[in-house]
Amino acid sequence: MSPVLSVVQPAPQVQTSAVVLEKVRIAFPNAKRGGASFVAVDDANLAVADGEFVAIVGPTGCGKSTLLNATAGLLKPASGSVSIFGEALSGLNRKAGYLFQAEALFPWKTAVENVAIGLDIVGTPKAEARAEAREWLARVGLAAFADRYPHMLSGGQRKRVGLAQVLIRHPKILLMDEPFGPLDAQTRQIMGNLLLDLWSADRKAVMFVTHDLEEAIALADRVVIMGAGPAARIIGEWKVPIARPRDIDVRLDPEFHRLHKEIWAALKDEVVKGYRQSETVEQGQ
Amino acid sequence: MMRSRSTLLGLQLLVAVVLLAIWHLGSTVKLNIPAISAKPFYVLDPFFFSTPVAVFQRTFLDFYSGAIWYHLGITLLETLLAFAIGAAGGVLIGFWFARKAVLAAVFDPYVKMANALPRVVLAPIFALWLGLGIWSKVALGVTLVFFIVFFNVYQGVKEVSPTLLANARMLGMNERQLMRNVFWPSALTWMFSSLHTAVGFALVGAVVGEYLGAAAGLGYRIHQAEGVFDVTGVFSGMVVLSIFVIIIDMLVSAIEKRLLVWRPAPATAQ
Repeated sequence: MSPVLSVVQPAPQVQTSAVVLEKVRIAFPNAKRGGASFVAVDDANLAVADGEFVAIVGPTGCGKSTLLNATAGLLKPASGSVSIFGEALSGLNRKAGYLFQAEALFPWKTAVENVAIGLDIVGTPKAEARAEAREWLARVGLAAFADRYPHMLSGGQRKRVGLAQVLIRHPKILLMDEPFGPLDAQTRQIMGNLLLDLWSADRKAVMFVTHDLEEAIALADRVVIMGAGPAARIIGEWKVPIARPRDIDVRLDPEFHRLHKEIWAALKDEVVKGYRQSETVEQGQ
Repeated sequence: MMRSRSTLLGLQLLVAVVLLAIWHLGSTVKLNIPAISAKPFYVLDPFFFSTPVAVFQRTFLDFYSGAIWYHLGITLLETLLAFAIGAAGGVLIGFWFARKAVLAAVFDPYVKMANALPRVVLAPIFALWLGLGIWSKVALGVTLVFFIVFFNVYQGVKEVSPTLLANARMLGMNERQLMRNVFWPSALTWMFSSLHTAVGFALVGAVVGEYLGAAAGLGYRIHQAEGVFDVTGVFSGMVVLSIFVIIIDMLVSAIEKRLLVWRPAPATAQ
């Protein structure tokens, strides 16, 4: 069904899948006088191997984030199952770290306090948590900004703090919801590279949601395409056979171009459909 | 366009000097214009307007002799008690209501009703219940402060960013930790943003209470002076009250600056 490329690929050793979504259907109750519920995602099947970097791409409003929230345990699917390392997920996903699209730092805590909070709440001694938080800030290149409050940092710097805040807890699964969406193009590429550097140190399973196909190909082992909503489905997936470590120049790779062209051909129709959908919804209201 | 600090200060002082000069001349220089009045007259009759010199003299004497300190102390005590009790109540109830939607829904009309009531009408009731001592004034201040803090804290807890909340939960916080790290700081922020208003209202409660019936305090002194047509006394009381308010406001600003260090500076129009 989906055109998976059979190019030789240094695939991560697959033992148990980190995340398995089976026939996941996510619906939201309709606020208007108990009307039919709105189905955001339908029949989503996806397995993410331990150590695999999967990018999920789709048109606006296709339910990419919804799928991520279901994996995080923030949303309960109407039907279907979510299992994490072979165990059915109930409640919040304690093995996952989540980097949100919107601002999610504690504005009343400094950068180092923001990073340390994940350790503080499990009872790590304060000094130890601070020291480790400073190390993580150094790793994301913000050693000199440890005592600044979020509003004193730029958008890119705040995302770095967010990344450190999530990674300090050593989650087995990293969920990222268009984390670099609001950043400018150059900063996004730099953040992408930083992410790959940190990720290659201890390959976690990553689910990376983005609307940017280039970003997806540049970062991921596998690109999953979702169709236009409502009741969006996963409509195809492509392996990315570009060797790692990759750097910024990956976008100049001929393989990159070929893949981009191929995936875009499939994605284009859905994007157009997605826009048409959102227009009719707006007119309906 | 903002000029330098000293220029601004100079201009501010100039306003005071001009106003005082008009007051002084109007109340000390007799004009003799037969077209308006047969007798020589003051533009600002000192019987009604007193004179700046007399007001400052009286104020100075009050402070010098120590007569005013006791009254100032009483008003300050009432203000602080009203603020502390009102703010504590507002924070607790605001927090509670924000976390328990049913409770908030049930009490909503009553809270609105109580808040809409002009508090001055309560003053005699409080005097009846609590006597003419400080507590009837504190009670009046509390009814003013409580609602300001209550609404702010309620809003603060309600409007915690859902993303921040989701992030905190994903980082592994339990309910208690969410309270401490998310809801509580958010509520305090909103409370502090209403600090100036709340302290101001605490003072209003104290002074209005004293004015309506008391044996001590700044409001009482102003009322006494009015009772004997002592305009100098009334104006002197107002001067003391203004200085008092400015000092309290400066203290609040200093506290706010310390506590809200993490907040972006408001974009001041320059």
